[in-house]
Amino acid sequence: MAEKMATRQAYGKALVEIGRENQNLVVMDADLSKSTMTAEFAAAYPQRFFNMGIAEQDMYAAACGLALSGKVVCASTFAMFAAGRAFEIIRNSIGYTGANVKICATHAGITVGEDGASHQTFEDIALMRTIPGMTVLNPCDGPSTEALMRQAIAMEGPCYVRLGRAAVPVFYEDASAIKIGRGNWLRRGEQATVVATGIMVSEAMEAAERLAAAGISIGVIDMHTIKPLDEEILLEAAKLGPVVTAEEHSVIGGLFGAVAETLARLKPVKMAAVGQQDTFGESGKPEELKEKYHMTASDIEAAVRSVLA
Amino acid sequence: MELREYEKIAARIRMDVIEEIHSAGSGHPGGSLSAADIVTALYFREMRVDPQNPRMKGRDKFVLSKGHAAPVQYAALAEKGFFPREELLTLRKLGSRLQGHPNMKKLPGIEMSTGSLGQGFAVCVGMALAGKLDNDPGRIYTLLGDGELEEGIVWEAAMACAHYKLDNLCAIVDWNGLQIDGPNDKVMSVSPIDEKFAAFGFNVLKADGHDFAQLFDAFDKARACKGKPTVIIAKTHKGQGVSFMEDEAGWHGKAPNDEQARQAMDELAAEEREGEQ
Repeated sequence: MAEKMATRQAYGKALVEIGRENQNLVVMDADLSKSTMTAEFAAAYPQRFFNMGIAEQDMYAAACGLALSGKVVCASTFAMFAAGRAFEIIRNSIGYTGANVKICATHAGITVGEDGASHQTFEDIALMRTIPGMTVLNPCDGPSTEALMRQAIAMEGPCYVRLGRAAVPVFYEDASAIKIGRGNWLRRGEQATVVATGIMVSEAMEAAERLAAAGISIGVIDMHTIKPLDEEILLEAAKLGPVVTAEEHSVIGGLFGAVAETLARLKPVKMAAVGQQDTFGESGKPEELKEKYHMTASDIEAAVRSVLA
Repeated sequence: MELREYEKIAARIRMDVIEEIHSAGSGHPGGSLSAADIVTALYFREMRVDPQNPRMKGRDKFVLSKGHAAPVQYAALAEKGFFPREELLTLRKLGSRLQGHPNMKKLPGIEMSTGSLGQGFAVCVGMALAGKLDNDPGRIYTLLGDGELEEGIVWEAAMACAHYKLDNLCAIVDWNGLQIDGPNDKVMSVSPIDEKFAAFGFNVLKADGHDFAQLFDAFDKARACKGKPTVIIAKTHKGQGVSFMEDEAGWHGKAPNDEQARQAMDELAAEEREGEQ
């Protein structure tokens, strides 16, 4: 298996490669280019990189202006300041006009770690998916990040791409199966399904291993696209039995919300949600925080057992 | 064209503003009338735009950052020939291309959907950056309200304009001194506007926003200025041209009734005819 890599690292690498082929690609950052990894693009193509300073609202509005002038723009900062601080600019200037801006937000969720609650975003998926026309992506590993970035840049219209700080294992040796709007079965099961997104895919796979050892067969879906949500794959999962969602995001309005809204309509099943339980985070090591705030393989395992009981 | 001709166009645009808002039963007359001469100067002298080809390459672009003044931009676009004048009376009605605040996806000639204050200006930063990247001859113009300057994003954008030396961008402040809750100085002081923009690295020009000679001169100077963005601080009167609306904060966002509309139209028609035999 390939080496672990943070999705933000894969993002930075992908930008440099895509930028070589696509002269129309412009990248922006708000004084975090070394953390969001856009610095690599800045070094390779300084003319097409704009550091907008610590001014996220202006950055996303200016990104809209560049996009309306024919550019495809990837504009990065931490998820808190993109989806959070600049929400209304993203809604009114980018969403309402359908501008071709890719909001590539890093350091989402609890694994921001030591920086603490002010930087740990659990609301971004919920906020972004309520904007009409916004595609919402949350890749789980390096190869799928690159594949999704290529597709996001190739498509017309706004995208929110949620990227993480911490290194994650690789699940896709071959990323050709990755398509925006289509979930992927990473493991087939018989009794229940875990629908996971982002770094929780790795936890879900571990939970599935452990449950299999205990004689419980569960499937795992990588739901890298939260909007538009793959209804077909969810229906397939719901036919097998209960569904557990796993996300590094609030259990309000994120993946759980999206999946529950869909299954409530199409095929109601017993469900459980693993994610941030309507509370703020705190400082600590990512692994410690995942444990304390119940976003580990063990929590997924317990949730599966609860819906099967 | 003689200066008087521009005044006549502005009078017609003001009449259209009154008719639009009266027909809609809601809207923002005060800030539309204060901006009428500035908008006339832009569309009828300063900017290179083509109503037959609204997406023309290399065109100048105008973003109405104070999007609530939409009626004045619609009136100017109709007068210019971007769409039929009759459509002005559909303002704010269901299914209309003339939304309460400008929508670029519905109406030709609108470069950016605005309404949420401060954003139009910041979007212009991106348009101007793109212009620099592409060596596009088009210039970027944006009109801000004075109350709008209270939005933080305005100053983020201003900082970026100077940092990236966006001399292809020209902002105009419609300085009528009034906002919804009253005078700027009472609600939240924005003065000194000129010194603020100068400190942010702008080429600062001042003009009487109802004097075409001064406006044209300012636009000429803005175009000639290299290496920094320009702001034209245009002193205006809210409700200009309609006696009972002038300098009244109460006319920020209120439609005239039948009687008031008739009086306003009479005054503006007299203004358009003035000097004729």
